[in-house]
Amino acid sequence: MLRLEKLTKQYKTGDQALIDVDLEIPKSQVIALIGPSGAGKSTLIRCINRLVEPTSGKVYLNDLELTSLSSRKLRKNRRRMGMIFQEYALVERLTVMENVLSGRLGYVGFWRSYFRKFPQDDIKEAYRLLDRVGLMDMVDKRADELSGGQRQRVGICRALIQNPDLLLIDEPTASLDPKTSRQIMRLINELCEERELAAIINIHDVQLAQMFSQRVVGLELGSVVYDGPPDGLTPDVLTKIYGEEDWSATIEKVEDDDEEII
Amino acid sequence: MPKIESEKGLSWKRRTTKKQLLIWLGWLIGVSIIVFAWQLISEKTVWFFVQDAPRQAADIGVRMVPPKWSYTSKLIKPVWDTINIATIGTMIAIIIAVPVAFLAARNTTPHKIFRVAALFIIVSSRSVNSLIWALMLVFILGPGIVAGTIAIGLRSIGFCAKLLYEAIEEIDHSQVEAVEATGAKTSQKILFGIIPQVLPTIAGVAVYRWDINIRESTILGLVGAGGIGLQLNGSINTLAWTQVSMILIIIFITVLISEWVSAKIRYAII
Amino acid sequence: MNSETSLIKYPRHWRKPPFIKSSKLRWAIIMGALIYLFAAFGSMEIDVERFIKGIPRGKRFFDSFFPPNFADHRGVVWDGILESVWMAIISTVAGIALSVPIGLGAARNLAPLWVYLSCRGVIAGSRTFPEIILAIFAVKLFGFGPFAGFIALSIGTIGFFAKLLAEDIENMNEEQAEAIKATGASWFQWINYAIQPQVMPRMIGLSVYRLDINFRESAVVGIVGGGGIGATLNTAFARYEFDTAAAILVVIIVIVMSLEYVSGYLRKWVQ
Repeated sequence: MLRLEKLTKQYKTGDQALIDVDLEIPKSQVIALIGPSGAGKSTLIRCINRLVEPTSGKVYLNDLELTSLSSRKLRKNRRRMGMIFQEYALVERLTVMENVLSGRLGYVGFWRSYFRKFPQDDIKEAYRLLDRVGLMDMVDKRADELSGGQRQRVGICRALIQNPDLLLIDEPTASLDPKTSRQIMRLINELCEERELAAIINIHDVQLAQMFSQRVVGLELGSVVYDGPPDGLTPDVLTKIYGEEDWSATIEKVEDDDEEII
Repeated sequence: MPKIESEKGLSWKRRTTKKQLLIWLGWLIGVSIIVFAWQLISEKTVWFFVQDAPRQAADIGVRMVPPKWSYTSKLIKPVWDTINIATIGTMIAIIIAVPVAFLAARNTTPHKIFRVAALFIIVSSRSVNSLIWALMLVFILGPGIVAGTIAIGLRSIGFCAKLLYEAIEEIDHSQVEAVEATGAKTSQKILFGIIPQVLPTIAGVAVYRWDINIRESTILGLVGAGGIGLQLNGSINTLAWTQVSMILIIIFITVLISEWVSAKIRYAII
Repeated sequence: MNSETSLIKYPRHWRKPPFIKSSKLRWAIIMGALIYLFAAFGSMEIDVERFIKGIPRGKRFFDSFFPPNFADHRGVVWDGILESVWMAIISTVAGIALSVPIGLGAARNLAPLWVYLSCRGVIAGSRTFPEIILAIFAVKLFGFGPFAGFIALSIGTIGFFAKLLAEDIENMNEEQAEAIKATGASWFQWINYAIQPQVMPRMIGLSVYRLDINFRESAVVGIVGGGGIGATLNTAFARYEFDTAAAILVVIIVIVMSLEYVSGYLRKWVQ
């Protein structure tokens, strides 16, 4: 469904963020992208929807080459890729509802969005999603009044209302506490399953990556150094990705004993 | 660095000798500039007047008391005009300053050429005092409130646009990126990603500038551009000192009230 | 777990909650604003006819501005500029020299109440009136010329600088001040070791900024007789020598721009 071919990004400063990354993701597969800070994880997912323009290489979404699209066509195709951010990246001074509806901006014209006159079906869908993540009471709250976990749920709704085929998720739990992190990861997993979405999740936390993904890709200095099942992450592999460290504690199986979400 | 080892052992000085000498040199240059400037100014001063000034001041002071309270009724219209000049001038300025600021901000400007043009507007508007703008406009439009209002507007564009474009450049980029990732057009990106972030700044800058403009519009009358300055100028020229003191009291009260109002509004916004 | 959600009816309408919650208050504010605007524009006596007449006059005015004439009155313009520069420097220095004791006295955490109140009174007094009004009185007292401008700008500087200095001192880090006091330092030592290092960088920045302001203001105090380039400008207007006036404006803009650039650079360098 998503295919990267020799994707390379070199920043103007000379930093080589990605080197010849090849990756293929089938429908409804959740991939965890792990690697140390600066390995190019954020750059990789931003190169897919071209928030960062790749230097060379190709990105195919359902056999459509994204890397050569004009900016108008690119915008149309961005709608098929929902993005979830590290610090939530909600527009803080807008209400929860406006933030969710902003996921439909690619579908409505400027004046409609200016007067906040979104189609009725969009509004219904927004309510449905907010109910699904348990934020029905927060609809008219301003985004900066919410807690971290709540904000990330709004971020998820914003991505899902785009009706995407693919989710690009950048460190969804980096600013959340361990419990909320798991709740959010589980929510993402469930939603991907419900909607048969593919997802790429950048994540620092190796344990979370193992718990909530079907496949793990390890990135180190811009190159893929591991690509395989979650339980293939042996101390050797982790050393290759992150460098020398005692990994035995990290890869002990974690019992999934959290309470249900909400 | 300023740790010096000598035969007497370790000693400490605040600065190295070289740095100390440079600082002294700096002082020397500074002081000579001041002395030179003072000489130039004192050359052009009639010292007799200056010596006489305290007596003059006392004389004027005595003549100003008591303020001519009855004159207040004739000042209502000028005060109303002064407030209007400031308010409408600020409105004009904000309406023009917002687009200018978006053109001037690095992250929203459509092209470098627009940025340069917008910065040019900002700089020339800021560099010319509103009194000078008024002086020119009185020549074009004739004396009156309209000239004053436009002068205030022209002077405020640069001020407001500068503060605004700096705020636009300092917004949280991740929020904009998130809106962009949904497939939004540039216009929608600005509407949903940037405007909500800078709206409080726009309101704050408007109120702040309004407060300044109240002060500035009290003097525009000196060049014939309307407002209470007209009465002030007239009263001083006719040596009607009791009227002058009354006008000064009214100006003082107006400024005080506007300061209070603007502080209240800004507090409410933040 | 939410399989039954599809059965729930969700609203199909949503409206952004209004900024002002109470609808009565909202309408009152809107109506009030409209009435004010109506009254304000009504009393402005906008004379469309005169406005239209003004257009060709404005065009002639602009035409006579170009090209700016730097040549004819070069000596006079140059003198005016220099006078403004010196006036700005001297009044900044004098104003700041006077501001330091007043600013110290106006900081509530340094001064006893009666000193505090009288210093605050001085600051409030010098802040109330714009430099121009101060200049009018200075001209009445000291006669025409740069001395009057100097006095007006110095007083303006006190209101600006002493207020900010006092506020800075009031906002300083109390612990550092306490630590120095605990060493048994005298009052002056205390100021020198605890207060000065904390407020100095910002004060240097502000004095450069004030120099910038004083130069701008020196360009207008001349209009009421306070000397400097403003006087030259006023004369040029009065004699209808608009090309010279344009030249003076260009010079003012250039100097203000470069001053602003330098002052921004200096302030960054100090901090």
